[in-house]
Amino acid sequence: MRRKSKAVRYNKWGYIFLLPFITVYVVFQLIPMFTTIYNSFFENYMSGLTQVGPNFVGLDNYKSLFVQGDIWVYTKNTLVLWILCFVPQIILSLLLGAWFSDTRLHLKGQRFFKTVIYLPNLIMASAFSMLFFTLFSDGGPINSLLMQIGFISEPYKFLSNAGSARGLIAFMNCLMWFGNTTILLMAGMMGIDTSLFEASEVDGATSTQVFFRITLPLLKPILIYVMITSLIGGLQLFDVPQILTNGTGDPMRSTMTLIMFLNKHLFSKNYGMAGALSVLLFIITAALSLVIFKVTGNDKRKG
Amino acid sequence: MKKKLLSVLLSAAMISGIIAGCGNNATTPADTSTAQTDAAADDTQTPEPAADAAADDTSADAAADDTADAPAADEGKVLNIYCWNEEFKTRITDHYPDYTEVDATHGTIGDVSVVWNITPNDDNAYQNNLDATLLKQADAAADDKIDMFLIEADYALKYVDTDYTMPVADLGITDADLSKQYQYTKDVVTDSNGVLKGLSWQGCPGVMFYSRDVAKEVFGTDDPAEIQNYVKDWDTFNETAATLKDAGYSIMSSVNDSYRVYSNNVSSKWVTDGVINIDDNIMKWVDDSKELVDAGATGTHDLWSDDWSKGFYPEGKVFAYFGPAWLVNFSMAADTEGSIGYNGGWGATEGPQGFFWGGTWICAATGTDNAGLIKDIMLKMTTDDDIMTDIVVKDDDFVNNSTVMDALASGEKKVQREGETEEHEYTSKILGGQNPLQMYINGVAGLDLSNLSSYDQGCNEEFQHAMKNYFEGNATKEEALDLFYKSVVEKYPELTY
Amino acid sequence: MISDHNELKKGLGIHTRRIIAYTVLIIISFLCLFWFYVLFINATRSNGELQSGFTPLPSGNLMTNWKNLVHGTLPVWNGLFNSLIISGLSAVLCVYFSTMTAYAIHAYDFALKKFIYPFILMIMMIPTQVTALGFIRLVDRMKLEDSFIPLIIPAVAAPVTFFYMKQYMESSLPLSLIEAARIDGSGEFHTFNMIVLPLMKPAIAVQAIFTFVSNWNNYFTPALILHEDKKKTLPILIAQLRAADWLKFDMGQVYVMIAFSIFPVIIVYLILSRYIVQGVALGSVKG
Repeated sequence: MRRKSKAVRYNKWGYIFLLPFITVYVVFQLIPMFTTIYNSFFENYMSGLTQVGPNFVGLDNYKSLFVQGDIWVYTKNTLVLWILCFVPQIILSLLLGAWFSDTRLHLKGQRFFKTVIYLPNLIMASAFSMLFFTLFSDGGPINSLLMQIGFISEPYKFLSNAGSARGLIAFMNCLMWFGNTTILLMAGMMGIDTSLFEASEVDGATSTQVFFRITLPLLKPILIYVMITSLIGGLQLFDVPQILTNGTGDPMRSTMTLIMFLNKHLFSKNYGMAGALSVLLFIITAALSLVIFKVTGNDKRKG
Repeated sequence: MKKKLLSVLLSAAMISGIIAGCGNNATTPADTSTAQTDAAADDTQTPEPAADAAADDTSADAAADDTADAPAADEGKVLNIYCWNEEFKTRITDHYPDYTEVDATHGTIGDVSVVWNITPNDDNAYQNNLDATLLKQADAAADDKIDMFLIEADYALKYVDTDYTMPVADLGITDADLSKQYQYTKDVVTDSNGVLKGLSWQGCPGVMFYSRDVAKEVFGTDDPAEIQNYVKDWDTFNETAATLKDAGYSIMSSVNDSYRVYSNNVSSKWVTDGVINIDDNIMKWVDDSKELVDAGATGTHDLWSDDWSKGFYPEGKVFAYFGPAWLVNFSMAADTEGSIGYNGGWGATEGPQGFFWGGTWICAATGTDNAGLIKDIMLKMTTDDDIMTDIVVKDDDFVNNSTVMDALASGEKKVQREGETEEHEYTSKILGGQNPLQMYINGVAGLDLSNLSSYDQGCNEEFQHAMKNYFEGNATKEEALDLFYKSVVEKYPELTY
Repeated sequence: MISDHNELKKGLGIHTRRIIAYTVLIIISFLCLFWFYVLFINATRSNGELQSGFTPLPSGNLMTNWKNLVHGTLPVWNGLFNSLIISGLSAVLCVYFSTMTAYAIHAYDFALKKFIYPFILMIMMIPTQVTALGFIRLVDRMKLEDSFIPLIIPAVAAPVTFFYMKQYMESSLPLSLIEAARIDGSGEFHTFNMIVLPLMKPAIAVQAIFTFVSNWNNYFTPALILHEDKKKTLPILIAQLRAADWLKFDMGQVYVMIAFSIFPVIIVYLILSRYIVQGVALGSVKG
């Protein structure tokens, strides 16, 4: 893919095509971002309607995040929730992708199934949580069902136990996003040259072999995309646990994610702490993303 | 819908009456004869006499007092009102004589156009929006400035304790004008220097609503006076809880039901000199509640959750709820067949301590160019006997006017609602024909709310959240208290503990 | 699970595998559709009935709730229209310019490329919650309150969509194709619009759905920018309905409104999903 000599005169188009993105980005996102980093070194919040600061405090905001140890607890919570949600999600998505593309399996009603899986994402997270609340409340239908079949004798308080509360959040998130992932993977599979499948069939490859030897390697760019964005989305997990636990992260903050914690600082418009937390969050995300790039060997193609 | 139509007709009739009387003039609160009050009560029935009464009213006033009239000519032509729902807008549309609705967020009063800026409360959006606008109030053009905004008790001091709100005295409203208002409604919006900064048309005194059927079954009587003996103070209340538990009932749906009863009766503030302080009565709530939860006598549900509202029906096996009139009238499924309220099955008694729940306060924003009009709106909506009686009759609000409420409580003043053929004493069908007004009044009379702080919203919220962990056995009391302190400092970084 | 699946394939006949696949798909479909059923049930119940807890059977108040909603003071039809405008335009701008940006990185070699690509990836990792408040201040200074512009234009710079487009191009847009177009004398802009965009159709459909839905359901930013009732989007109106005072509070209406606001997204989704679903079906038939 080297086109040195001819390419030069086209390359100015690279800048032209980048122009809209860069312009809008600088205006609407870059300025707020720099303010965020800048603010992280200041004491800067609102006490009611009174502005406190900004007073330069150096690394104090970072220090207090580490000293109180909160940052580790919430990072752990966030990662646990992400893994609980991502692992089943990616397995399910790959499985569905493989089934849908497996010609020998020849599933009927594919169109229906492919359409249905994305539907949960169309409900607003707040409405979805309202429905979950209703169903999983102490006196709700799930509890009465479990009691009727004799599985439990007393209502189980789903949101008052760390395990089940995390489980519910992960389940909701998984349900909302696995369709999304499946669609991304399916769209990726479409890009694969069908002659490869034909050739492999002629060679007598099994479905499993086709999946692991052809589909998966060719899907790699999309899989990396899915992993990175899911990680970023996972680290920014907010609305479902926020609404389901009423912002408390109960029980005892075992479902408090990093962004929920960040949100608490935004109540008092605490740009200092929120800024410091964002910078840390950014570093964590960047580090973990780098790991994914390295492990998957994608980064040599960058640039 | 019928009600809506009627009120539109009515206000149309009233406006035409006023115009016939003498232009844009407004009534003054000084005018409070009983005859007038009756006439206003009749208004709801027939538009015709209403127009007449209003016309008489206005002309009489205009002659008597010309000073508190419609906005002076040099006042702004735009009145910006910030609020989070349509409650106040409905009250103004239905009851403020000169208001004409243009569309959902616009109206006119005389030649002043009224702009309603409604931001719902979710995610703190209302306060964020209000804060942002108030902070640039000084630089805004006259017609863009906030003139009036509404607040709730939980965060009232956040606004009241700043120069962004105008003292009501600066509007020309005197203490004498406000003599009939309940003291607690003034406490809520009095700043740390003792200056009154807002007014409310509502009172929201609370009582204890109990299921009459359960009372008869367990105590052999449903008489409010007798039941009061079982819940007269917290110790008795907790003993009664055990009795009810043995009979298979929860004394209340959730520990959060009684929280505001305790927290309205504190003797110290949440924050003193920048240090978080937990009042003894609040700690008493923790200890009492923990015992009740451990004994299985009540639950830990959040208010408004499905589990909490189960007790609105007999199958929910809940004995009592704490709340003000609006709770039992509008929020406890009284219009649904099979509910306790539908069958008139609730009784009301004062309970262990007085408290209030809810209410909306009107504040004037500093820098407003409509001071005269704001004064008139405040006086009409929060002190005028006729208008306020009308609010009670039509909207079932408990109004912030002791003259009106005392008259209704004693039965001296009769009411007649649409569709009813004759006047009768104010009674509640939901409460099995009881007239609960005197109880509400008693509950609120002794209420002392001088211990509010501008941190109440955050502290009350976080305290209940943190203690839930203790009640449910996910934390020790110390751990839960630590969590509370931590959460409060996150919200208010300037505090220590 | 993957290895289980692997063994199943070797050990089990096609019929068994098909049965397993159908069983799993049916369970999943149930889990996906169940919520719509619950929503529908709740929309048919009155506020009082909703308070008594969940029942699996519908009640008869759907039309009452609907009438209360449309005859109430909230401009639901305006809300629908506003949501459509904002989400539709955002989706169009987002996919068009993200594809363009990805194309710039994918197809051209220029000096700053080594710097810009990782930079955009970095942007992606910044949590949106913090910049939101700075964003509101900015909007305020630009006097763009109550305007749709700050809700639509920022969609042009969507790093996540860009990243997907870039990855997609990597797997299925050969550079030789672009070279060929150049040899045929096609201008760069023309190549992008006429050759690249059609090839990216499945990816564009996917990202258009995602952007449309996330904008449709967005509450936070619009709530801080739009104050005029007639300019509000559906999620704000839902929040407003939930914030109603006790005299008007009615969960039945809230559920009807939620159902009402989900309906158009489903339609948009069904239209766009055809591209994806058909495409995949085509591929598998050939394969």
